[in-house]
Amino acid sequence: MTGRDGVEDLLRGLVPQVLGVVARRFGDFDEAEDAVQEALLAAALQWPEQGVPDNPRAWLITVASRRLTDQIRSESARRRREEAVAAMTPADELVASGPADPSGVDHDDTLTLLLLCCHPALSPPSQIALTLRAVGGLTTAEIAGAFLVPEATMAQRISRAKQRIRSAGSTFAPPPPAELPERMRVVLHVLYLIFNEGYAATSGPDLQRSELTGEAIRLVRVLRRLLPEDGEIAGLLALMLLTDARRVARTGPEGELIPLAEQDRDRWNAQELREGIELITETLAVARLGPYQVQAAIAVVHAEAARADQTDWKQILSLYQLLQQLAPNPMVTLNQAVALAMVRGPQAGLAMLDTLADDDRVAGHHRIDAVRAHLLEMAGDQEAARSAYRLASKRTTSLPERRYLEARAGRLPAS
Amino acid sequence: MKYLLIINMNPTIFETLSEAEREAVFAGHDAFQKELKETGELVGFAALADPAETKTVRVRDGVPAVTDGPYLEAKEFLAGYYVVDCDTVERAGELAAMIPDASFNAIEVRPVMESGGLEM
Repeated sequence: MTGRDGVEDLLRGLVPQVLGVVARRFGDFDEAEDAVQEALLAAALQWPEQGVPDNPRAWLITVASRRLTDQIRSESARRRREEAVAAMTPADELVASGPADPSGVDHDDTLTLLLLCCHPALSPPSQIALTLRAVGGLTTAEIAGAFLVPEATMAQRISRAKQRIRSAGSTFAPPPPAELPERMRVVLHVLYLIFNEGYAATSGPDLQRSELTGEAIRLVRVLRRLLPEDGEIAGLLALMLLTDARRVARTGPEGELIPLAEQDRDRWNAQELREGIELITETLAVARLGPYQVQAAIAVVHAEAARADQTDWKQILSLYQLLQQLAPNPMVTLNQAVALAMVRGPQAGLAMLDTLADDDRVAGHHRIDAVRAHLLEMAGDQEAARSAYRLASKRTTSLPERRYLEARAGRLPAS
Repeated sequence: MKYLLIINMNPTIFETLSEAEREAVFAGHDAFQKELKETGELVGFAALADPAETKTVRVRDGVPAVTDGPYLEAKEFLAGYYVVDCDTVERAGELAAMIPDASFNAIEVRPVMESGGLEM
């Protein structure tokens, strides 16, 4: 008999395939998604007790379809759809003992589903919530727990996200080919955000949230299996692995943040580093270059330094210059200023930071003050460094970051 | 991003409202809560009892001492709050403007600190 964890893993893997079939059959993504979620909950209760059915996928499709059929029948106002259901194969016939769906359309379904959940009409928090539920198979309660909101609030947010997709006129079908590159970019960005939500979690009550890194990595792996030639998917996976490898080393026993330069590199996860390095090395050799690949390459340079003072900053600087060309962004400039300071000294870095002064996208952002503080400290201007740390500390909305910045300020002797 | 919408109350202003206007404030809160639930932005809320009911606790040399009344006597006091989770600070401002008390007292919009953080 499969244990509870085994069942959960099995279910998570089956979600996109099951939802794909049900959504296409009934032509309604919103209701199909609710029905599949109910089928998942039923399976999570029954399977650990009664054993996993011979064909778990067909079981889920049957249960979800039956719920959907019941629901449609009970709502007389939906007569139009009832007629459509009546014309369909009775749900019971789906419990065939052979392979449930020999047509092999699963692949497209998972991709279509991801593209739909990351619909550009939705805000990033809604894209994240819907992706985690409809593609990741997380329950509403789990997602609500990860984002520290009541379950009813999260349920409502997911339901509204689905309504918005519907009013944007999107159904369960792939977007037009012309829109595909931009839509794929959004999908990768949403998966990146899910990863970051988990990576930012530090300790204690955040543990549930930290599982989001694993979920993001799992989803990118699924995507990579579907589109193995895509360099940016591979780059994103490598970036996540190389970043996640530092997870244990990035916080101290009290949950305090430890900067890259001070981390105990023996605590970095060697297996994740190896996989990330291999993956990005292979990819850079063959794929068309993109921002995630460059960011992964930067992470590799950090990973390859046995000690912080052995970091090849020249190489990191040239990679940031490349990234700036591929995807110009003030946050890239910020990191580039750090690399520049490490290569040519703090004044050069500070001068680069000054170029961001009039950039509305990052005006008042605490990270600029934090970097300025580090560079001023490097330059030996302790008084100015202290003020910059304190300013950054006031501006951040993250408790661990505030603690870190206060500690840095406190380390500098008062004048 | 979560925000605390702080309802500051000036009782002398509230007392100038007519019965119907006060009733509209209470009804307005019901409507606001309903709206927030529908948009999926409500995290929590509370209305607070009169400051006269407040007890203030101080611990000095390990010994707690309890006194009646608020820590600070002020013209305004905290009457209640909403915690919302919304996409932008602009949206938080829009929500604050929907609180009925905004039309005669003031609502403060304060970001809530997050428990996560990134390496610097």
